[in-house]
Amino acid sequence: MGQITLKQITKSFGDVQVIPPLDLQINDGEFVVFVGPSGCGKSTLLRLIAGLEDTTSGEIDIDGRDATEVPPAKRGLAMVFQSYALYPHMSVRKNIAFPLRMAGLDKNAQNAKVEAAAKVLNLTDYLDRRPGQLSGGQRQRVAIGRAIVREPAAFLFDEPLSNLDAALRVNMRLEISELHQTLKTTMIYVTHDQVEAMTMADKIVVLQAGIIEQVGTPLELYHTPRNKFVAGFIGSPKMNFLHGSYSSSHGAESIGVRPEHISVSKTEGIWKGVVGVSEHLGSDTFLYVDIEGVNTPITVRSTGEVGFRHGDEIFLTPDPEKIHRFDNQGLRIS
Amino acid sequence: MATQHSRSAARFMMAPAVILLLGWMLIPLTMTLVFSFKKYLPLRGGDLGWVGFDNYVRFVSSSAFWPSVQTTLIIVGGVLLITVIFGILLSILLDQPMWGQGMVRILVIAPFFVMPTVSALVWKNMFMDPVNGLFAHLWKAFGAQPIEWLSDASLFSIILIVSWQWLPFATLILLTAIQSLDSEQLEAAEMDGAPPLARFGFIILPHLSRAITIVILIQTIFLLAIFAEIFVTTSGAFGTRTLTYLIYQRVLESQNVGLGSAGGVYAIILANIVAIFLMRIVGKNLDA
Repeated sequence: MGQITLKQITKSFGDVQVIPPLDLQINDGEFVVFVGPSGCGKSTLLRLIAGLEDTTSGEIDIDGRDATEVPPAKRGLAMVFQSYALYPHMSVRKNIAFPLRMAGLDKNAQNAKVEAAAKVLNLTDYLDRRPGQLSGGQRQRVAIGRAIVREPAAFLFDEPLSNLDAALRVNMRLEISELHQTLKTTMIYVTHDQVEAMTMADKIVVLQAGIIEQVGTPLELYHTPRNKFVAGFIGSPKMNFLHGSYSSSHGAESIGVRPEHISVSKTEGIWKGVVGVSEHLGSDTFLYVDIEGVNTPITVRSTGEVGFRHGDEIFLTPDPEKIHRFDNQGLRIS
Repeated sequence: MATQHSRSAARFMMAPAVILLLGWMLIPLTMTLVFSFKKYLPLRGGDLGWVGFDNYVRFVSSSAFWPSVQTTLIIVGGVLLITVIFGILLSILLDQPMWGQGMVRILVIAPFFVMPTVSALVWKNMFMDPVNGLFAHLWKAFGAQPIEWLSDASLFSIILIVSWQWLPFATLILLTAIQSLDSEQLEAAEMDGAPPLARFGFIILPHLSRAITIVILIQTIFLLAIFAEIFVTTSGAFGTRTLTYLIYQRVLESQNVGLGSAGGVYAIILANIVAIFLMRIVGKNLDA
């Protein structure tokens, strides 16, 4: 079981309120991702759930029991830290066994659990090494191993992949997703990378300045963002926003169009512009098009073989079904 | 670009400093070695010629030799024990966020800046004096007979004085080591269910092991040579005669330069044995 409910929790550091009253329901077995720009309070929220920070007010329920005043070790949660926080003077085996040793388990039971966890995480050959002798990905797996052996009600991940290089990050992302499929345990994952959020989450919580902007499945957030912030944050490359005459014709203060929902033509279209930079990725081409009356260039995602170069004249046509309209508060008009 | 030419020029320009430092070190060392093989009594006939290893044999066979080695080891060991244990406790205390942290830290370091002679005199006259000392007053306030610190508990008194001087050094090094501990490790241990004492034993102490060995190594080398504290308090009486002090007595009180020099060579050898021994331990710790 791993059901976590946050009721009206707040957190202040001195006079600064980093988390205004916040409610959130996390169901058993869900993979929830907290995503938002740096300093939006997502790590603080995770630390509140972990018990490493005390809430200023409000209540945290874990599996229906009030856990607000319960010390971190007794909450039945396991955390994987950004720096991995492995104990450098202990072997991998001792690192993974540490929570069991603290729980007073006997040596044989400890070893059995460590071996089992090592097998799941492909660490069997490294059990007698020190963390300093492992690569970044292996250290990450040790940190996860230390969390698994406790058989927690929920796993908490605090930006666990941000110290890895791009290729390894993709691998570890898959491994964590697979782990979630096998263990079926609740996982709460904090990241500032919307790609990680989109690929891994059952449920994404978008945060800005401590406020939950939207909660939903990745595709809900992609298709029906509640406001301009979520619209701009989810999706890569970012959504294009247009104002003035471009939006008033749609009866909105501003409109947003995703780069993949714009078709290009050399001869005809709704918006006329000039190609600035074009990035050829092989599978796709990203065109940055300057159109009249818009300060930031419009990003267009096109096929790999599109024949536009710097300075070419281009016509853009947004897919009318996929235009997002926002009012003067930045909220979605449906 | 370090061409052949600029490299030789660099060597040429560094030479005076290197030669000065070498001379600074080598001349006294050679002189000690030379004197140790001579019968040299400045007030009783001066240089009386070579005597081979006579001085070395006499120094070791003297009844004062082994007790002085023992005293040296007790003082060094005692001071190390006190400074390391209290250094760890103090550094943990100073690591806690508190009001006036910067001021407190400077005050803690202050004893290190007091000259050994001065601090020993302050302790002798203001704290340990059996009539006017603060300790005497404290004992009297409780109706007890004041302790004659420097004669009844002479060795302990000296250990206390020297510890007071070296505690700031240990605290300073251990404090910087504690501050370099990744707080996420402590949080991870907390989440893993480790109570505060276990966190200290399993996380903080192993993290400090390197700093502790460095403190032990550096302090041992300096503590083997303490002299001023003994000179101004007990003058080597009441079982406080260390090897260093014995050498001083041989050279200046008995006016036997040859015998003292032989003792000096023994002290060099002892210090080197300790240094090699400690380097091995530290080396093991530094590799990890």
